[in-house]
Amino acid sequence: MNSDLRIENHPILEFKRGKRITFQFEGKQVVAYENESIAAALFASGVKVLSRSKRFNNPKGWFCGIGKCCSCLMRVDGIPNVRTCVVPVREGMQVERQGQRAMLPSHLEIHVEKEEMNIQVLIIGGGPAGLGAGITAGNLGLGAVIIDENHNPGGQLIKQTHKFFGSQEEYAGLRGFEISEIMYREFRETGGVYLNETSAVGYYGLKEDGKHSFIAYRRTKDGYTLLEISAKYIVVTTGAFENYLSFPGNYLPGVYGAGGVQTLMNVYGVKPGNKALIVGAGNIGLIVGYQLLQAGVEVEALIDALPEIGGYLVHASKLKRLGVPIYTSHTIKDARGEESVEGATIVEIDKNMKPIEGTEKDLAVDLILISVGLSASNRILSQARCENMYVHEMGGWIPVHNEHMETTVKGIYLAGDAGGIAEASTAMLEGKLAGAAIAEKEGCDSNEIEQVRKIAYGELSQIRKSEFLKNVEKGKKKCYQKWEEIK
Amino acid sequence: MKKKPRQLGYLPLEVIEEEIALPSRERMEKGPVVIIECDEDIPCDPCVESCKNGAIIKESLTAAPIVDYEKCTGCALCVAACPGLAIFVVDCSREDNKALVYIPYEMLPVPQKGDKGDALDRSGKRIGSAEVEKVRKGQSGTAVLGILVEKDLAMNVRSIGIPERSNG
Repeated sequence: MNSDLRIENHPILEFKRGKRITFQFEGKQVVAYENESIAAALFASGVKVLSRSKRFNNPKGWFCGIGKCCSCLMRVDGIPNVRTCVVPVREGMQVERQGQRAMLPSHLEIHVEKEEMNIQVLIIGGGPAGLGAGITAGNLGLGAVIIDENHNPGGQLIKQTHKFFGSQEEYAGLRGFEISEIMYREFRETGGVYLNETSAVGYYGLKEDGKHSFIAYRRTKDGYTLLEISAKYIVVTTGAFENYLSFPGNYLPGVYGAGGVQTLMNVYGVKPGNKALIVGAGNIGLIVGYQLLQAGVEVEALIDALPEIGGYLVHASKLKRLGVPIYTSHTIKDARGEESVEGATIVEIDKNMKPIEGTEKDLAVDLILISVGLSASNRILSQARCENMYVHEMGGWIPVHNEHMETTVKGIYLAGDAGGIAEASTAMLEGKLAGAAIAEKEGCDSNEIEQVRKIAYGELSQIRKSEFLKNVEKGKKKCYQKWEEIK
Repeated sequence: MKKKPRQLGYLPLEVIEEEIALPSRERMEKGPVVIIECDEDIPCDPCVESCKNGAIIKESLTAAPIVDYEKCTGCALCVAACPGLAIFVVDCSREDNKALVYIPYEMLPVPQKGDKGDALDRSGKRIGSAEVEKVRKGQSGTAVLGILVEKDLAMNVRSIGIPERSNG
């Protein structure tokens, strides 16, 4: 019992855990609850080391916590390279750390069924952008299918426990997880189909009938269903992944992406540590810092290499008045520990980002959160040969698209962070625009389409007037221009 | 060199007094009144929506809010509605030397009337003692606490540190 890190009392959240089950971790019985991810259940029972590095045999844990970074790969029921941060626990499951070389066993009995789907609109990713696209497409009379690899619908909204900015159009004032519930319900009410625990495999080109061919697989009770999807339109809303930071000891379990920690504590209700250091004072770092306090974690310091806080001052103020120190012009020098983080050193840096000797501070922390930006997750679009371009304002390489969210490949659209890093309101609105653009191609009611566009463009231009989103405005302009040049 | 708000992590009172149009002394002494400590152009407007008297105005979605203090009744509905937890209500109308400061609160332990704790300023520093006088469960889980503090600290106290309860 003393090793159960599950949170019982929380000021905002009520954790409704599933049925109590058990599974095997290297011969030991682990208690878990249905709907928990394997990595979360292991963490809750005190297992932080999920594998060892090939060259130096260093301990490794999960990092992103949302199925993007592959730091959490383990062998599950004989199958290696399973992303334990997104795969839910099942009664009697066998989980092991995999050896240096993860080989498939010569004989494996996996039950695979095959299913063909012939649909109008395929949406890859069920977060705010995907649901926004699905709701709009559905309202305009198009049937949409959303596939998403998580078991809970709503993408990363489900771990957002803070109230959202924006206006009523983007459900402002509600907490992120409440918004995901509303959007999911709205999507289902349009007759849309939401396939959870369904991972995209890849894009397989245009078929003779002009439809796009796409393969995905869905986890079922007793195996997998391979989905061969033909879709006239594809909307890619695959979000983003967290950037990593280079420093000695960064491999240690206990160094996690800030978003991954949010998932662990806010979705699964597991306390991520006792004392935390947060690296990066953008909005994510500030918001997660506050959520750590709500989960009963002490925040020893929040640092940023820049001379000023990057996120909203109101978010920083919430932390400050509860006594959390924020150090600007500081970086992390190293993390220490044997099997997981036991401490960290931070140091002040000068104008040229060089550490100033003698300014080191040692912090006795067991948790280091990295929140130094996101990168667009859009490999599916590259696979479909959509043109890419480098836009530093949008966090790096993004697929070229126009203001209607159309990429350079006919019939393929995108929305949200996959098209460049912004925030959740932008994702919802861009999703709506993608839905409207497809409806226009299909000849749906033009008055209704106009109405959707008027509101969405109006909201987007309002949002982008903010000092904090001026970069997005600039980056998107470059991108729209490039689309015109290519076309 | 004096640190800027974006280095400190909060708006010091002297910056608030300079940049935000605060209620007059007379208005402060008349009864509870809102203090909105938001001077960034955040695209956001739940405060405007929450006010039943139309006392909070935003010229555009990204503009900082402006308050008509004559219309404000100090009802504190906006305190729980603000996603940035940047709205407070200050009541300096009491006969004694105490002021009642309404703050948004989202931490454990769940506060109860009569709880005593540290009065914390915007930087998290203890500047006196505070007592929970009112607890109101606000919108979406945010509690609004009315805390009693020394009257001359009304514009400085912005949080309370409540010690953990020994028996849950």
